[in-house]
Amino acid sequence: MEPKSILKVSQLNKSFPGVKALSQVQLELREGEIMALLGGNGAGKSTLIKCITGVYTSDGGSISLSGQSIRGLSAEEIILKGISTVHQEVNLIPTLSVAENIYLGRQPYRFGLIDWAKMNTNAEELLSSMKVFIDVTATLNDYSIAVQQMIAIARGVDMSAKVLILDEPTASLDNKEVEQLFTLMRELKSRGIGIVFVTHFLDQVYDVCDQITVLRNGQFVASSSVDELPQIELINLMLGKQISNKNSSGKSRHTTDSNSKPFLSASNIGRKGMINPCDVNIYSGQTLGLGGLLGSGRTELAKLLFGIVKPEQGTIQIEGEVKAFGSPHDAIQEGLAFCPEDRKVEGIIGELSVLENMVLALQAKQGWFRMIGPKEQKEIGKKFVRSLNIVTSDINKPVKELSGGNQQKVILARWLASGPSLLILDEPTRGIDVGAKSEILQIIDGLCKQGMALMVISSELDEIVEFSDRVSVLKDHNMIAELTGKDISTQKLMETIAHEGRD
Amino acid sequence: MKTRYLPLIATIIVFVSLYLWGALQFDNFFSMRVFTNLFTDNAFLVITAIGMTFVILSGGIDLSVGSMIACVGVSVAVLIEHYQFHPILAFTIVLISAWMFGTFMGILIERYKLPPFIVTLAGMFFLRGLSFVISIESIPITHPFYDEIADFSIPVIGGGNLTASTVIMLIVLIIAVFLAHYTRFGRNVYAVGGNESSARLLGVPVSRTIINTYAFNSFLAALSGIVFSFYTFSGYSLAAMGLELDAIASVVIGGTLLTGGVGFVVGTVFGVLIQGVIQTIISFDGTLNSWWTKIFIGLLLFVFIAMQRLISSGHILVYFKNMKGRVIGDTKADTTRY
Repeated sequence: MEPKSILKVSQLNKSFPGVKALSQVQLELREGEIMALLGGNGAGKSTLIKCITGVYTSDGGSISLSGQSIRGLSAEEIILKGISTVHQEVNLIPTLSVAENIYLGRQPYRFGLIDWAKMNTNAEELLSSMKVFIDVTATLNDYSIAVQQMIAIARGVDMSAKVLILDEPTASLDNKEVEQLFTLMRELKSRGIGIVFVTHFLDQVYDVCDQITVLRNGQFVASSSVDELPQIELINLMLGKQISNKNSSGKSRHTTDSNSKPFLSASNIGRKGMINPCDVNIYSGQTLGLGGLLGSGRTELAKLLFGIVKPEQGTIQIEGEVKAFGSPHDAIQEGLAFCPEDRKVEGIIGELSVLENMVLALQAKQGWFRMIGPKEQKEIGKKFVRSLNIVTSDINKPVKELSGGNQQKVILARWLASGPSLLILDEPTRGIDVGAKSEILQIIDGLCKQGMALMVISSELDEIVEFSDRVSVLKDHNMIAELTGKDISTQKLMETIAHEGRD
Repeated sequence: MKTRYLPLIATIIVFVSLYLWGALQFDNFFSMRVFTNLFTDNAFLVITAIGMTFVILSGGIDLSVGSMIACVGVSVAVLIEHYQFHPILAFTIVLISAWMFGTFMGILIERYKLPPFIVTLAGMFFLRGLSFVISIESIPITHPFYDEIADFSIPVIGGGNLTASTVIMLIVLIIAVFLAHYTRFGRNVYAVGGNESSARLLGVPVSRTIINTYAFNSFLAALSGIVFSFYTFSGYSLAAMGLELDAIASVVIGGTLLTGGVGFVVGTVFGVLIQGVIQTIISFDGTLNSWWTKIFIGLLLFVFIAMQRLISSGHILVYFKNMKGRVIGDTKADTTRY
């Protein structure tokens, strides 16, 4: 007998002002099934989850739980109906005990007072039935994120969950913790609970899931059982590209001279939960592309190199000298520059003018007591507005009034003004239009020719192929391959991501 | 042994050592009389500090309690002496008004997302101003009911006495302990202070909890004002100046985390008693200026906040790591701290 369907979403639409976040999305989850919900950034996974869990109300379509429509119910009502969600950031109270976190708001009472003894026994029984053996009277904060997630799952399951939504629970866990989580998921599956599992780790999908649903740009792409969908096809579906034999060669590649010394050489650099130990070499006048899917550890690697997060192991050498970066400031002093991925959060200071944003890094590098004079500032501003072709009526305009592409160029100008020897660009073309994109790619190429070392992170495989001299491929927090010369092609990249790194 | 008991234990150790030190220094210090007087003299501060504990546990602060005590004193005195109200009726009126005032501050803080510091600062100025409007002069209370209350006393072996103030304080303490640790309201206060947005997602009625916390605190501040009037037999608009800071200091010395979510009501009582013992020691000594109390409290506050920092940052945890029970597989608790 076919297992009963419990959660069914069909023809779901959701628009935000100016954006169509979801259109005609469908999903069907059966009892005792683990469904992977996959898609790149902006594919609509989190919007879909928020629609299902009642955080957003969808504009049209239907969502039903065990045949009963649940569309339009509030988030609290949906929890009571039996859909529980566990997020990457654990939404529990860190300062309360484990047992309290499980029973908060529904503590057992006796004689008008909370019955702590009963609560603790219940919690212990519940957790041990899920093969989690911990001291339930300890403070939640005393446990690792992995254990906290299991406690959150236990709470959800205990509140009579039929459907459990796990939103990227494994993103900050190490391998052993992931395995523990999977054991728990299989246990729940055997109890008939349906699980929606959102992850960026493809290997995990094949380890634990039964079904796969892929979204792309807010649209339903495919739904299939895991056995019928090999990894390479899955990546195709996620990226929306057919493998072609076209070997784009946008760039005359430099082959690395084996004698030449890298500008930056990191060996065995790594940190738990971010990236497993790996080696990176970046040469002057060359571009190193970092390829891999979202969440594969690309940005994390960049953050380690730039001193934003301290590596737990490994060394960094700049021109042959060992350096330890305690902070980004140290890295800047050594001639590094980092253009972060999310420019709104980590880069641009919207209220400040275009010019002020540009001179920020240079000023920081010089030290705050050696003010850059207004004349000098203006020259810098003019130079970069011209050379990077920044479209702005006035360099004293607040930078937030500029378009996305131009904002990105302002950040680029900021780092270029500081005269770096190595520039790290994280998703330099994210969220900007095609025209600006190709301009930025040209700028990257130009910088390279001037002898700057570049490391560029991008999800767009085409882009990586176009500008890289060498490509390091990351997958699931491991560096799995380094491609050079003729090997750099979209096809080879995809194959590498799909096939390497499996145990 | 749980790390969350550490600050409480430290507070009790400080109290006991101070008391023993006093007993070694002075004759008669180690007597029931001195001990029960400690309660009588500090009953009003304990009551308002208990209310403050709830507010701080919820992640807030209330600066209006000192003014509330003065305003309640003046109002009660005026109602009894000028309008001939029976004290019980006067008490009922001020307690209800205070509850409403606290609710109003809570609504401003919760609904309009105003910082508690500013809202209660405004409350502090408002109530202090109101006390002056009601009466600039100190009003003596001569009602016979006050004499009866002053005469009330339960003798304790060893020459001690439990006064009416002490009895009220003990009742408040017992109710507060049960409220904090054995009711959903109390646990919700801890949850909101621990992480407000998570508490909301876990279905905790956050707004109601915050509003009730401020109402409860204002109520206890008013009760403290009444108890204070038993002590002084008058209402005076300049009374209890800066008392809110003493209350906050007691809560922090009592081991409650200023960021909310961690602490014990009982700790606060010891926080107040520590201040009381220092004062007693100074009065026994007779040569020291009573402002030395403040210097000592300042130092203690610093030490306790530094200690809390160490505990919450996990440095002290290292020593307790091996005491955790069984953990899944070999994933040790505390190995991953973010």
